[in-house]
Amino acid sequence: MAAPMLRWWCLGRRWVLACIDGGSRHGRGAAIGFTSSRKRGQTSVAQQPLITSQKSRKGEHEWAAVVGLEIHAQISSNSKLFSGSRVHFAAPPNSLVSFFDASLPGTLPVLNRRCVEAAVMTGLALNCRINKKSLFDRKHYFYADLPAGYQITQQRLPIAVNGSLAYSVCVGKKPSRVITKTVRIKQIQLEQDSGKSLHDELRSQTLIDLNRAEGQLRVDANVSVHHPGEPLGVRTEVKNLNSAKFLAKAIDSEIERQIHELENGREILNETRSFDYKLGCTMPMRDKEGKQDYRFMPEPNLPPLLLYDTESLPPGADPQQVINIDWIRERLPELPSETRERLIQQYGILPEHSFALLNEVGLLEFFQNVIKETRAEPKKVTSWVLNIFLGFLKQQNLAVNESPVTPSALAELLNLLDRKAISSTAAKQVFEELWRSEGKTPSQIVSEKQLELMQDQEALERACHTVMEGHPQVVMDVKRGNPRAINKLIGLVRKATLSRADPTAIKEILERKLSP
Amino acid sequence: MLGRTLREVSAALKQGQITPTELCQKCLSLIKKTKFLNAYITVSEEVALKQAEESEKRYKKGRSLGDLDGIPIAVKDNFSTSGIETTCASNMLKGYVPPYNATVVQKLLDQGAVLMGKTNLDEFAMGSGSTDGAFGPVKNPWSYSKQYREKRKQKPHGEKEDSDWLITGGSSGGSAAAVAAFTCFAALGSDTGGSTRNPAAHCGVVGFKPSYGLVSRHGLIPLVNSMDVPGILTRCVDDAAIVLGMLAGHDPKDSTTIQDPVKPFTLPTLTDVSKLCIGIPKEYLAPELSGEVRSFWSKAANLFESEGAKVIEVSLPHTSYSIVCYHVLCTSEVASNMARFDGLEYGHRCDINVSTEAMYAATRREGFNDVVRGRILAGNFFLLKENYENYFIKAQKVRRLIANDFVKVFNSGVDVLLTPTTLRGAAPYLEFIKEDNRTRSAEDDIFTQAVNMAGLPAVSVPVALSNLGLPIGLQFIGRAFCDQQLLKIAKWFEKQVQFPVIQLQELMDDGSSVSEIEKLASVSLKH
Repeated sequence: MAAPMLRWWCLGRRWVLACIDGGSRHGRGAAIGFTSSRKRGQTSVAQQPLITSQKSRKGEHEWAAVVGLEIHAQISSNSKLFSGSRVHFAAPPNSLVSFFDASLPGTLPVLNRRCVEAAVMTGLALNCRINKKSLFDRKHYFYADLPAGYQITQQRLPIAVNGSLAYSVCVGKKPSRVITKTVRIKQIQLEQDSGKSLHDELRSQTLIDLNRAEGQLRVDANVSVHHPGEPLGVRTEVKNLNSAKFLAKAIDSEIERQIHELENGREILNETRSFDYKLGCTMPMRDKEGKQDYRFMPEPNLPPLLLYDTESLPPGADPQQVINIDWIRERLPELPSETRERLIQQYGILPEHSFALLNEVGLLEFFQNVIKETRAEPKKVTSWVLNIFLGFLKQQNLAVNESPVTPSALAELLNLLDRKAISSTAAKQVFEELWRSEGKTPSQIVSEKQLELMQDQEALERACHTVMEGHPQVVMDVKRGNPRAINKLIGLVRKATLSRADPTAIKEILERKLSP
Repeated sequence: MLGRTLREVSAALKQGQITPTELCQKCLSLIKKTKFLNAYITVSEEVALKQAEESEKRYKKGRSLGDLDGIPIAVKDNFSTSGIETTCASNMLKGYVPPYNATVVQKLLDQGAVLMGKTNLDEFAMGSGSTDGAFGPVKNPWSYSKQYREKRKQKPHGEKEDSDWLITGGSSGGSAAAVAAFTCFAALGSDTGGSTRNPAAHCGVVGFKPSYGLVSRHGLIPLVNSMDVPGILTRCVDDAAIVLGMLAGHDPKDSTTIQDPVKPFTLPTLTDVSKLCIGIPKEYLAPELSGEVRSFWSKAANLFESEGAKVIEVSLPHTSYSIVCYHVLCTSEVASNMARFDGLEYGHRCDINVSTEAMYAATRREGFNDVVRGRILAGNFFLLKENYENYFIKAQKVRRLIANDFVKVFNSGVDVLLTPTTLRGAAPYLEFIKEDNRTRSAEDDIFTQAVNMAGLPAVSVPVALSNLGLPIGLQFIGRAFCDQQLLKIAKWFEKQVQFPVIQLQELMDDGSSVSEIEKLASVSLKH
């Protein structure tokens, strides 16, 4: 307030994105719909209670669980949220530390524009209301890897609030049913990362790395259970969960633990817990500090962060000095839910396939590039990309961009298949060959290995004739009405033609020859 | 030569009457002679001589950098100086050598200024006497002036002279004493509640507090971030304007500085004050105000009036809440700002290594004095979840009311406010320490501190000597970011009052400069 002219702009780094308050968590295994895009933030999700009936057989009430997530994620930016030092994964310890990062007296935070834009974009993607004015606060606690004795965050008035994220889960057996759920997002806030403490138990030393670029997603889950219609239960916070898999396990285990405790007449304490990955259950944290009073206060060195839209943009404003929400909205890429919807509409593929295509980085692009160059049906392409291509990648633990098979090569292969130049068995063989020998085209492989389907009708007729001559017993079986016998004949013909004959064509010929 | 103003000595350098090295050596030798004042914590002799030498080379080549090239300056020891120890007069930072320069220091050095050293203060700038630092109190040069000594002789005191020295005021007492004792031509102070203006008034120099946001705080070790501003102490208003011209403007490293570019300027001479409206805030007529100061204040008002200015009584109704409001906001920010001094990264660390927590506690107990620890404790209390609403938020609201008082007055057509800077002249040290730091600060900041709440520019101009032969200053408060207009009016006033120059015969380098000074001396405001 004593600072009439306030700016922030400039560059520093990183945030935390907190969405809090969100959707429901199923008793078991329901995937939480967070796709890990390049920018990640801290999100907290809480939710509508979800009912589990597991204990109702005892004649007791049903239980409902309430879960809220606080998600910390690093922004992909070149420099830190409040200083000019670089962000780089796996840099040597303390090699990327500015005077501000080391909290030298007299240094001041300067907000990184790129991080603000990333926060706004994330807010828009998560259907949040973007606050045109947001504030920064200091959160105080003494810890060796927090050199200033406080962390700059956005507690009171964060950059984005009240969002939602819809996600889908597949339920039931094939054909699976996809249901859409929504998590509510309470807020997204920019937050400075703390440093990293490395405990050397042997020498009873703690080493501090102030680079702070962990590159990780970290989630704290708040969990409570109650009987529907009754007040919410006491919650616990399970801290430092860093994968979706362990997050799900930790929440399930904590829900079970709480129900078990309550049903045995014990109480739930408001405490922080950690998840033991090996034991698969949560444990109380030996946190001496217990309930902390963080003594929040406004960060006096950062003026309120003001954002504009095209309507409120002051005339003649320097584009370098202002952030326009509408400009960021225009730059927003197609969101995953929109992409999935488009794939279903455009190519007629199954909803679960639309998820699969988006869950692997680069896979959708690969798929679309194949589609562009092939005449094969989208369903055929989907099946090849998701079954064969993805299978090979997984088997060798490769990323899409590390694949030895290019989209063009797969497209060409599918064209050969489409015009029945090769059989699907041969196509798989060609694919294996493509994977092994980079540089060769599918056509080259087909001709080198002589994998073309026999186009010569007479030769095929002869081959069928020879097989029938050689296997009178099987012919008899067919004639006696054994429906499976014809498949045996087809197999024999295929073998005789070194798999180069189209099974459909063979079947046609055999049926004609065997018909009474 | 040392008795001249910055502008005068700058002209002498340009004309070759003296070289930067000669000037630097004269100052260094006077710093040694006046060591007992305890104005400097660190004298950066080697650095200064090297800077002077470089300046000299520039002058020889005719490539002087401007008005500040070769000018000896001093900097309060709470501004970071690259390669030079920066202590904040605290055991906590003894031996701490920053790796970077505060923006204001860098700007002065870029202009060719010669840094003589780092000046003394109250620990972490918490105080109004410059008596509460780890390096001992600063003595007011006026304690040794001919003017004060002559007056004292007339009084039948049996005390020893040496025990009767005066405080400088504070917390920038070292900077004020350095400028008053002619050891440099300008000094940087800091001003959070009056820390530049208060010692300026007690030491008979000009103390200017710029608008919040006009001058970068980057590198200033904070007391209260939302109120701190670098202050300027000089021997005349013109000199303060020169220094301000070099320092003002946006700093990408301080997000609270103004965006608009500030051009260097020369302070115009005001000849006609008849269009001015001078406000006299009635709440500043405090009961504790000494009769003498009160009488100078009203004479000053009369002076404006007699020259045709409109002088009106105005009201700043929330003034009386300022001190207590300041106490809450200041201690809260102090609690937060001091959290970084934990002995891990820099500064003092105790020998205890039982646990990190034990190390923190012992380090902080050893490193901070009682005043700092007391404020940290109070601040943390105000920031507790259960107290935040009742104290911090309330204080912020009161702060807004105080700021709005000023806005209303200025919107009503007042150009500047005229007030006392201090209640009375400088107190003898033994008198001053009878009360604790908190009581003294609360008392001494009364006229200066609301200005910081509102972020306004203000300047203390020495007016005349008291009956005891001690300087009295009056304060002008301007509209936000109308710093130049404020200084213009202050300059006019300064010219009218002709404040006498301090006579420090025994201390001065050569007799000639003293006689020079004596020629200039005249008192136009008579008691």
